[in-house]
This record gives sequence, structure tokens and C-alpha cells, in this order.
Amino acid sequence: MAQTLYDKLMSAHIVREEATTSLIYIDRQLIHEVTSPQAFEGLEMAGRKPWRINASLAVPDHNVPTTERSSGVSGIKDPISKIQIETLDKNCEKFGINEIQMNDIRQGIVHVVGPEQGATLPGMSIVCGDSHTSTHGALGALAFGIGTSEVEHVLATGCLWQSKSKNLKIEVNGDLNKSVSAKDVALYIIGQIGTAGGTGFAIEFAGTTIQNLSIEGRMTLCNMAIEAGARVGMVAVDDKTIEYVKGRPMTPTGNEWHKAVKYWNTLHSDEGAHFDQEVIIDAKDIKPQVTWGTSPEMVIAIDGLIPDPSKESDPVKAQSFKDALKYIHLEANTPINTVSIDKIFIGSCTNSRIEDLRAAAQVTKGKHIADNIKLALVVPGSGLIKLQAEKEGLDKIFTDAGFEWREAGCSMCLAMNADKLGVGERCASTSNRNFEGRQGQGSFTHLVSPEIAAASAIAGHFAQP
Amino acid sequence: MDKFTILTSIAAPLDRANVDTDAIIPKQFLKSIKRSGFGPNLFDEWRYLDHGEVGMDNSKRPINKDFVLNKDEYQGAKILITRENFGCGSSREHAPWALEDYGFKVIIAPSFADIFYNNCFKNGILPIVQSNEVMDELFSVTKDITINLDAQTIQANNKTYAFEVDEERKRRLMNGLDDIALTLQYSDDIKTFESQYFKTYSWL
Repeated sequence: MAQTLYDKLMSAHIVREEATTSLIYIDRQLIHEVTSPQAFEGLEMAGRKPWRINASLAVPDHNVPTTERSSGVSGIKDPISKIQIETLDKNCEKFGINEIQMNDIRQGIVHVVGPEQGATLPGMSIVCGDSHTSTHGALGALAFGIGTSEVEHVLATGCLWQSKSKNLKIEVNGDLNKSVSAKDVALYIIGQIGTAGGTGFAIEFAGTTIQNLSIEGRMTLCNMAIEAGARVGMVAVDDKTIEYVKGRPMTPTGNEWHKAVKYWNTLHSDEGAHFDQEVIIDAKDIKPQVTWGTSPEMVIAIDGLIPDPSKESDPVKAQSFKDALKYIHLEANTPINTVSIDKIFIGSCTNSRIEDLRAAAQVTKGKHIADNIKLALVVPGSGLIKLQAEKEGLDKIFTDAGFEWREAGCSMCLAMNADKLGVGERCASTSNRNFEGRQGQGSFTHLVSPEIAAASAIAGHFAQP
Repeated sequence: MDKFTILTSIAAPLDRANVDTDAIIPKQFLKSIKRSGFGPNLFDEWRYLDHGEVGMDNSKRPINKDFVLNKDEYQGAKILITRENFGCGSSREHAPWALEDYGFKVIIAPSFADIFYNNCFKNGILPIVQSNEVMDELFSVTKDITINLDAQTIQANNKTYAFEVDEERKRRLMNGLDDIALTLQYSDDIKTFESQYFKTYSWL
């Protein structure tokens, strides 16, 4: 029977089937400092050992400072951040888990590090205590976020109970407009189907637009699947996928490589496979996007007007529009490109890869951030990306323009470290969530692509290059 | 985990859609390395008028009197009724931990975000899905509501509403069973699977 990619990946990992759930085998568990301490605590309290140590790879990212780090973990000023990172180091040492520590050049955001190290391979089942684990689906892997109890469960058993999701295909066809990137495609899709549009589904992104995206672009797209409510976002394996994976530190070599490639080439939905739902989008309808509210679905084109709640027929939606506008201090019917900005954040597991930095640098080159921009941050996704960008002189372009060039980490995407917005500050951010207080209590987040973030930094208000 | 059978309680109405896990427990509280003690910071930004941080004495903070959990009539509520897509956003399990630590045992909504929904069962919380029409009725109830997990019913205002729950999850909740111990009963199945799996996918 014709199978979808998701069905293939699920059935390859089923250890045991029960009426409504299956026990599935986990190939790779990624671990970071925020959602793991309680899992290790639980393991220890029950006197259990990790089922398969080689399955795990740990890296601190959420809490790490992005400023100077030469004095190591002991030099972290925030005592609570420090405890979490020390606890991760201690747990990994105690249980024998492979960890890339804070001052390792390979350190970075877990969803950037996984693919970069070849720890993410096509066909793998991958979990992490972080909802943006959907990112790894860009390589044709079955990847999803889990809670801390499940982190403990996977550590202890190598497996996880899962009920099967329904299949949703989102097909995007045609050439992208100027200044439109994978981020805009993601935001546009969420605007169309809503933040609950993918709930209960595994999304496969398909169509010529997706095929033409780079692997990094596909990661940006799959990363945002969770913002559409879907735990899983995927793209079928093609030559670009194989080329991307080749030669990475944890990628197989020799005969094993050839054997793997043969299997990976089967990782696509079969002709005629059944999808429970399909959405078809024409790429020419997608303009650069900016969120105006407090949910990723509250999004408009950069030349659009902020919607008017009084014109919304659904009362629950109208109320949430009103709440959002009140929170974010904006008026209905305002052109979004006239709204001025205080801070800029280029980074996060959505948009911190080398191509993102190149796109932002290209817009920034030879220009300077506007006077009203109080802070503009560029936070690379990993130490290796930072190094590559420096080789290409991107850091110089940014710092000449008035940006700060930082060390790798999650940074102001969720503001658990020192990088955060103040009350009433407005940010153009390449991250993935614009919830109330996400980047600092009482702060306002507008999600955009790296190119739009850079152009907005220069203009001082939302703008396209 | 405590066993869940029948629960009778007042229900606190949180009349908002898309309540995300950042709102349920703001990120500054994620820095704890323990899994208990999050209750006083549940809905922190809505509940208090100042900015909350770890280590503050919450009893001395200025409270937002308009917020539902601060109203006299909802003190001691073990049931939360709310709107669609509850628990969206970050996968943090601190969200159900905070709800559970506060005292909530049941959440009723028209829909839940997937990860949050799963996390509830793992922490002894029963998430119940009801239609928007039933939700409107429940929002108008001012007396105690009774949840009977075995019978899969909600009793409110002399009316009875049925709800769906996965059999296996129901069994675990009713018996207060630990997921890991249950899975480890299948250790031999996992080992058998592994021996074949690593032959086929030998590069892993």
C-alpha cells in the first residue's frame, strides 16, 4: 500500500503495538539544560540507568551567556543559569552521556548542533525536551518535542509511547517573490491554517517551492511546524539532503554510507499515498511577513494593515485580536511598515544558520542601524557558524553597521539568559514565538525573516530591503 | 502518582483561547532543577501586578484582583475550564507541574495542544475535551462540578456530559501507575527489536 513519509518513519520504529498507542524506538535523544535536570533526578531516584548511552547528545543552549565566556561556567553571573548548566555537566558525566560543553567551539542551539554534527540523520527518530525538535524533520527524520517525563522515559527505556498522528500535506508551488524566504513561507502558512491548524497532524511540506529551498531553509520551515500546532514537520529526502549530511562528524562513511544512502532514498511519500488533509499554496501569494500580535497566526504582509477586530465575525477571535492589540500597544488599521522598533534580534533555532546570517549581512552591508535602535543583536546558532561567518567577514559587516556580534545560544528568543527586552520595548525578531512576555515581561515581539530584521534595523521601522 | 477516581470541585473559568505554556509558567521559573513548587507562579504575569522572579516571597507580592484565580469564589478550585488550544507553545512540562502544584486535577477545554495534552496524563492531570456549546454551558455553572473518570462523565447543573479518554491512559490515571515501570515490562521486546533493527540499519 502506498505510504506517506510519516507512516514509513513510524512503522520502521514500532517495537510494540497496542490498541491506540505504539511503543516506538528512539534513535537519537538530544538533551539541554532546561528540561533535563528533573529527568535525571527521576532516573537516579528510581535507581535506573540510561538504556543506550550512545543515543544521547547533550549541549547547553537556553541559558548560556552570549557575551564573554572565557571564565567558563563558573563565570556565569546568573546563579540559577549557572546551576542548570553545572547540573547538565554533572549529569552527563555521571551517566556517561556525550556532551558538547559551553566553551566547546561546536556548542550552540541544540537544533542547530544536531544536523551540523551529523547527529541528525534521515530516517532517524529524534526527540528532545523542546518543542522546536520538529526542525530535524527537514532531513527526512521523524523528530518531535517531548516533556520532561518523556525525556526520563526515553533515557530509561530507549523508547516512547506514541499514538499515530494524522497526515497533513502542505504543498507550496512556484518561485518565491523577492525578499521572501523560508521564514515568510512558514509565517504565511501559519497565518492561513492558524496555530491549531496542524494539531493532531504530522505535516509534510512538499511542492516545487519546498524542493527549491535549501536544507537550511527547510529547517526554518519545519522548525515552525509546532507554531502551526503540529509536533512533526517533515520534508522528503532528496539529493540536497544526502549532500548536506555527507562528511559530517557523526555521519556514516564507506560501505555504511552507501547502504544508508540507499535506504534514505526511499524516504518520501509514495505516489498516491493518502493524506487526511491537504493544503495547497501558491508561492506568488507570499510576501515578506510580519506578525502584529501575540500569536504567530497574527501575521500580515509587510505592506499590510493591522487587522480591525470589529471586522472579525468570530467573537473568540475578535476578543483575542483586541487583547493582542491592547497588549502590544498598536492600533487597528495601522500600516505595519510605519511601526517603529527599539531592538533587533537575529538568531534562534529558526534563523541563526549561516545562510540566515549571509542574507541579513547582504542587506546590512555598507549601511548603519537607525538612531532609534537601542540594541541590535546577531547571535549565531553555533560556535562553528560563528567561525564560518567570521571567515566570510560577516561579523565585520554587522559590527560596522552597529550590530553586536555574540556567542552562540538561544539568547533573546526566550530571554532566559541576560539577553531580554525591557517593558514596552518593541523588537523585530527572527525567532519563532511572539507570545506575551516571551522576550521579557511587557515587551513586544514581531516575528520576521533575517532579511526583514536587517532592513528594519536600518530603517528603524518594519521595512523590506 | 495519586490515583484518580471521582473529583468534585468548583471550576475556575479562564475565558481565553490559545493560553500558551509561557503564560501558564513564565520562563524565568524554568531555571529550577526540581519538579515541585511551581504552583505559586502559575499564570504569574496575570496573577500578580509586579514582575515575578525565582526566590521571591509570593505572599508579599501585589495581586491582580481581577484575575480569576484571585477571586474568593474560586479559591480551592481543582477544575479549570478554558477555551480552545490550551497549552500551546513550548513543550515545558513545568506547565502541568505548575497546574498540578497549584491544585488543578482536571482541565476542560474545546481543544488542547498535543504536547501539553500528553504531559497532563503523565502528571496526574485529566484533560477533557468538550464542544464549544458544552463549554459555554460549563462557563455559566457556579456550583460544584463532579468528574467521574470511571464512568467518563461530567456532572454540572443537574446535567451529565460524557467525555472520551484513551483506555490505556484512563487505566494508568485510575491506578496511579508509573509509565517507565510499565514500559520496562517490555524490555525483552525492546531488545529483540534492537537486534534486528541494528542489523538492518547498521550505520546507526
